[in-house]
Amino acid sequence: MSMSSVNPSLAHQRRERRLVLLLLAPALAVVGGLLIVPLCWLAWQSVRQDGGFTLAHYARFLTDDVYWMTFLQTFRMAFIVTAAALILGYPVAYVAAGASRRWSLFILAMVVLPFWTSVLVRAYAWLILLQRRGLVNTALTELGLVDTPLTLVNNEFGTIVATVHILLPFMVLPLYATMQKIPPELTMAGSSLGGTPLHVFMRVFLPLSLPGVVAGMVLVFVLTLGFYITPELLGGGRTYMVSMLVSRNIEVYNEWGAASSISVVLLACVFFIFRLASFVIPFERIMGAR
Amino acid sequence: MRVTLSIPAITAALLLSAAAASAEQITFVSQGGAYQEAQTKAILDPVAKLLGITINQDSSPDAWPVLKTQTATGKPIWDVIDTPTKDCIRGGEQGMIEKLDFSRLPNAAEIPADYKTAYSVPYEFYSSVLAFNKQKYGENGPKSWVDFWDVKKFPGTRALRSHPMATLEAALLADGVPADKLYPLDVDRAFKKLEQLKPHVTVWWTSGAQSAQLLADGEIDMEMAWNGRVTAVIKEGAPIGYTFNQGFLQETSLCILKGAPNLDTSYKFLNAAISADIQANFPAYIDYGPGNPAAYKTGKISPERAAQMPSSPENAAKQVLISVAWWSSPAGEEAQKRWASFIQK
Repeated sequence: MSMSSVNPSLAHQRRERRLVLLLLAPALAVVGGLLIVPLCWLAWQSVRQDGGFTLAHYARFLTDDVYWMTFLQTFRMAFIVTAAALILGYPVAYVAAGASRRWSLFILAMVVLPFWTSVLVRAYAWLILLQRRGLVNTALTELGLVDTPLTLVNNEFGTIVATVHILLPFMVLPLYATMQKIPPELTMAGSSLGGTPLHVFMRVFLPLSLPGVVAGMVLVFVLTLGFYITPELLGGGRTYMVSMLVSRNIEVYNEWGAASSISVVLLACVFFIFRLASFVIPFERIMGAR
Repeated sequence: MRVTLSIPAITAALLLSAAAASAEQITFVSQGGAYQEAQTKAILDPVAKLLGITINQDSSPDAWPVLKTQTATGKPIWDVIDTPTKDCIRGGEQGMIEKLDFSRLPNAAEIPADYKTAYSVPYEFYSSVLAFNKQKYGENGPKSWVDFWDVKKFPGTRALRSHPMATLEAALLADGVPADKLYPLDVDRAFKKLEQLKPHVTVWWTSGAQSAQLLADGEIDMEMAWNGRVTAVIKEGAPIGYTFNQGFLQETSLCILKGAPNLDTSYKFLNAAISADIQANFPAYIDYGPGNPAAYKTGKISPERAAQMPSSPENAAKQVLISVAWWSSPAGEEAQKRWASFIQK
């Protein structure tokens, strides 16, 4: 190829690249101005105290047991919520993926509908249902099933119930997207080769649905790590999550540096989880759930 | 475009702006919401009329961070703030709040000495009281923190604020420390006593709205809550009783920012706002008591209304005045930090 034939196309490419950059500029400005800059400011603040450099805010993770205990509690919550969401969400997605178009639309609508109600309203709804004189306990006592009302809320249990409810769509939708793409011929082939339904499910369907499982689990896990309103309202003040540690540090103790360092560590945890998950499934697939 | 201005118009404009500049004004900051609306009618409008000044309002639920940034520039915009006394004290110690010249505040003379600090004058009082469900306990509800801790005599669900202030004091009273010997707080003893009650505390509430909700829904049978929240629930018809006995009296105070743009007017405002006559307007609009007890002698507050007010001499005598000085001290700061680990474990 001679130079003269390459140059025009190179120039064209360059022009195109410039145009793409120009089109992207507003989005980049928003992301840069509203996300990158504040994040940098957060990181900067976490290593400053009284106008000097300090690692004191990070040292607290080693010296102050409240810090690591809060992280432990938060991760514990995230594990439980993720497991519960998977157990509840997988059958729903399975049925939706196998059902006729109309039924699957209906099921998905049922899953997504609560999505448009605010988290705050849903937290209060659970409070009304689960509290001592709430609907559930009233029904149970009037049916004579229990003598004294059960403690269903203002503890970890109530927090988990509401959190799972709020995050269930993040589990069901990636699962559904993956399952829907599993060719039905494969399971049919498995059956025709003599596999029992359970065997076919375990050996054919389940392995093929794993990318959706991983995607759903990562999303639910990471979102639980940052939950604030639900544990604050339904945890009875004892379910202490990382987000609450951040807010207390600002509201009660005025420790902006400490609050920033906690946020940075939480952010690092999230990045780490995404990195781990990306060994199994690429990041774009988690977010796009394709 | 051509702009023409006649000489009379320019003169008028100049005169107007000069008039605006000479009229005295201040910028007053409170915490917003129904509370700020109530005091606008009770205090701010009457004071503005009395002194012939303009009071510009701003609000900030937590003035402290703003206070820090405003004074850091050396040219604050705010003049006077209504904030928890603690902010005035630590602000004063860090050079952000004006040290008050009490010779310019003659009305402060009738306010008890322990309500005032070098940097602040009391504005309004609220109280952390013991509230209980009357359906559960009848008229013989818990009346002291000893009762609150007595889970055998008074079975039922309990709630406390997830904050050490007033909670540690309650624990010490329950443990038998006399009310006049509370300060300096024996923090270890208080936490030990709280550990005893901890398994029986259903909710550690974090917002006033939540504390009211818990009472109204019957979720808890007794709790420590702010008197204004309790009376609001009672007004809605919930079967709730409360007592001022062993309540914890707390106040918000007025203080002036260091380098305030209108220092002289700020002093005039402060003096008028704490006068007995103006302070006596508070009970008509909100369930918080006047910061100046002399207000109860003006005849503006009925005896029935005074009985509901945390700062009336009769109720104040039954209560403990929270020592903001102690809570602002290093020991107090330390106790606050310890709270998080107490809750977590």
